[in-house]
Amino acid sequence: MGKIGLIIEREYLTRVKRKSFLLTTILVPIVIIAFYAIIIAVSISGDSKVQKIAILDNAGLFDGKIEPGKDDKSGYTFIQNETEESFKTKYNREGYNIFLYIPEFSDSQPGPMKIHSQAAVNLFVKTALERKINAAIERKRLIAADIDPDIYQKIKSDIRIENIVDAGGKEKKSNTWITYMVSFAGGILIYMILLIYGTMVMRGVMEEKTNRIAEVIVSSAKPFQLMLGKIVGIGAVGLTQFAIWIVLMSLLQLFIPLLFPQFFQQLPSGDQVGAAMATQAGNSGIASAIEGLRSLPVGLILFCFIFYFIGGYLLYAALFAAIGSVVSEDQQEAQQLVFPVMMPLILGFVIMMKAVNAPDSSLAIFGSMFPLTSPIVMMGRITYGVPWWQIAISMALLVLAFLFFTWLTAKIYRTGILLYGKKVSWKEIWKWVVRKG
Amino acid sequence: MTNMENILEVKNLKKNFATQKAVDNVSFDISRGSVFGMLGPNGAGKTTLLRMITGIFYPDDGTILFEGKKFDPLNDIVRIGYMPEERGLYKKMKIGEQALYLARLKGLSKSEAMDKIRYWFERMEMQSWWNKKVQDLSKGMSQKLQFVTTILHEPSLVILDEPFSGLDPVNANLIKDEIFNLAKKGSTIIFSTHRMEQVEEICDHIILINKGEKILDGSVKRVKQDFKENLFQVGFERKPDTLPDNTVFETVGTRGEHFVLKIREGYKPHDVLQYLIAQSHEVISFNEMLPSLNDIFIKLVEGTPLARQFQYIEKA
Repeated sequence: MGKIGLIIEREYLTRVKRKSFLLTTILVPIVIIAFYAIIIAVSISGDSKVQKIAILDNAGLFDGKIEPGKDDKSGYTFIQNETEESFKTKYNREGYNIFLYIPEFSDSQPGPMKIHSQAAVNLFVKTALERKINAAIERKRLIAADIDPDIYQKIKSDIRIENIVDAGGKEKKSNTWITYMVSFAGGILIYMILLIYGTMVMRGVMEEKTNRIAEVIVSSAKPFQLMLGKIVGIGAVGLTQFAIWIVLMSLLQLFIPLLFPQFFQQLPSGDQVGAAMATQAGNSGIASAIEGLRSLPVGLILFCFIFYFIGGYLLYAALFAAIGSVVSEDQQEAQQLVFPVMMPLILGFVIMMKAVNAPDSSLAIFGSMFPLTSPIVMMGRITYGVPWWQIAISMALLVLAFLFFTWLTAKIYRTGILLYGKKVSWKEIWKWVVRKG
Repeated sequence: MTNMENILEVKNLKKNFATQKAVDNVSFDISRGSVFGMLGPNGAGKTTLLRMITGIFYPDDGTILFEGKKFDPLNDIVRIGYMPEERGLYKKMKIGEQALYLARLKGLSKSEAMDKIRYWFERMEMQSWWNKKVQDLSKGMSQKLQFVTTILHEPSLVILDEPFSGLDPVNANLIKDEIFNLAKKGSTIIFSTHRMEQVEEICDHIILINKGEKILDGSVKRVKQDFKENLFQVGFERKPDTLPDNTVFETVGTRGEHFVLKIREGYKPHDVLQYLIAQSHEVISFNEMLPSLNDIFIKLVEGTPLARQFQYIEKA
């Protein structure tokens, strides 16, 4: 095995064997999936409990009958011969969770309606009730205005616009919301990867320098081999971590339908009138999300993600390695020196936030070409469809920048790691770069 | 002229850092199997010189011949073991794994490395350390480990920069014995230090570096002869109060029961004895006083700032 191979192996194994690596690698997907499960649990919690609702309809809105929705498990009972005051104290004893009071009112001016309950009423139950009351009031008004409610239903319009993307000769349905989310997530993910693994490289270099092991190693291997071995080794740690995350997440998410069977059984069903809000929102949301994901150029996105992950990581890791080699023991000094590297990273993040809203603006195009920001910004644009020549230029520039910065930082690194106990100015670093040999 | 007796020949080596001459026109040869002392005050340029010999720095000018051929850092560094003055190990790595890693970086195969590690760990009584981490070792223990990792791959040239600093006398002796053993087995040792007492004991040949230049080169014996001041120590059966002025020697002082004499130009030690016997003194001891390396060192570098601030680039 060559020396770089040995160095990569050490960098990789020492990190992967650490307890903290095991912990974060396993905990992160569990936390994400648990979070996801909690969101679903909260959103359907209203349905899981059967609500018994007592209605005192003094206005005669419902004419004594109410149609429960298809998945509405609530029971509705109309109360007679009671007042709000008298029944308020009794409903709980008589087995009702909720007591809805509708006062008498004139057609034009509905009075203040009240829901009495022992605990705060679930938002979805409340909205469902409001919707039912509104529908009833509308119906009364239609009749008062001599309009047949059935005819009105036929006249009423409720359209949704579908976006068809005509790129590549094939028609694709576009889902703006899902495109936005995927762009945003891709950009943020790349940003975080560069930051987390970049600083890991920097800390590794600083560790070697402050432990004084660097001089021992460079009497066995070239500084460039040491630097490259470290960058590749830590990059492999990152890829391993991501691979485990993806596998774990896809396994764990299989358990979610088992946890919430009633929620996922409803998935294939279409529109439901009068069903609880939560189910309906979840339903159409997930259905359209799946449809939206299908509409995206998944292969291209994955390819770009891997390319910009690797390219961006190699570029920034080299820069972080150079910074790590220059720092002496002082942590504070590291923060000052790391600032010029953080700047383009943060700039990329900011441009990416703009690019997901305006993917074809000149700022977004510039950001996705400029090698120090392109890994982040291009991920923010790619879902919207980017001309192939722009992708080609961006990737070529990234590769060139990687070669240039590796050459540049290797010069800084070589001198920096053997320099102890001295604060280095930018001017001196520049001299190391231009010095020949 | 290449000489196969020499493992290393350094000719007119120069290395500048911006405005500072770190190493200026230094030449020396090291013969195979010798213990070679590289002396000099702090910041004299020793470390820079060693870094060029180990291939860490490229010289600005001059040549290095290793085993008769032009030094090729890529291939030759596996034949060199270098223990820098700034000791370093991975603090969080297990000791066994660390030794294995460093040995394999020097080109040993895994099984070769394991055999050597087992041998040396046993020899240095370190077997129980295998699964410990460096951060759990005392300073002396990690020095021992550092030494073992330096010589594990049986290099033909071992370079030790201040090998005894931080060692207690027991461990220092242990390392000293190992240095002699290595030399006996044919390894050449470069021993860099600014502490003279060990040099007299260990080294065959020394050079003295000051301010980047070589100011002294020779065998320990030869150097001492060159710097002797014709001082002799004489003991008498009955110590006289004074010795009269004469043409043969002058009395420099006394040291306990002895007189210290300096022989005048043109006379020999036996002239002194003849003179003293003629004066009816009963001489019971008569020794030549050779200067210690420490005296020579101080004499040579005196007046130059001992600790030259070492820096790579001067601030403009």
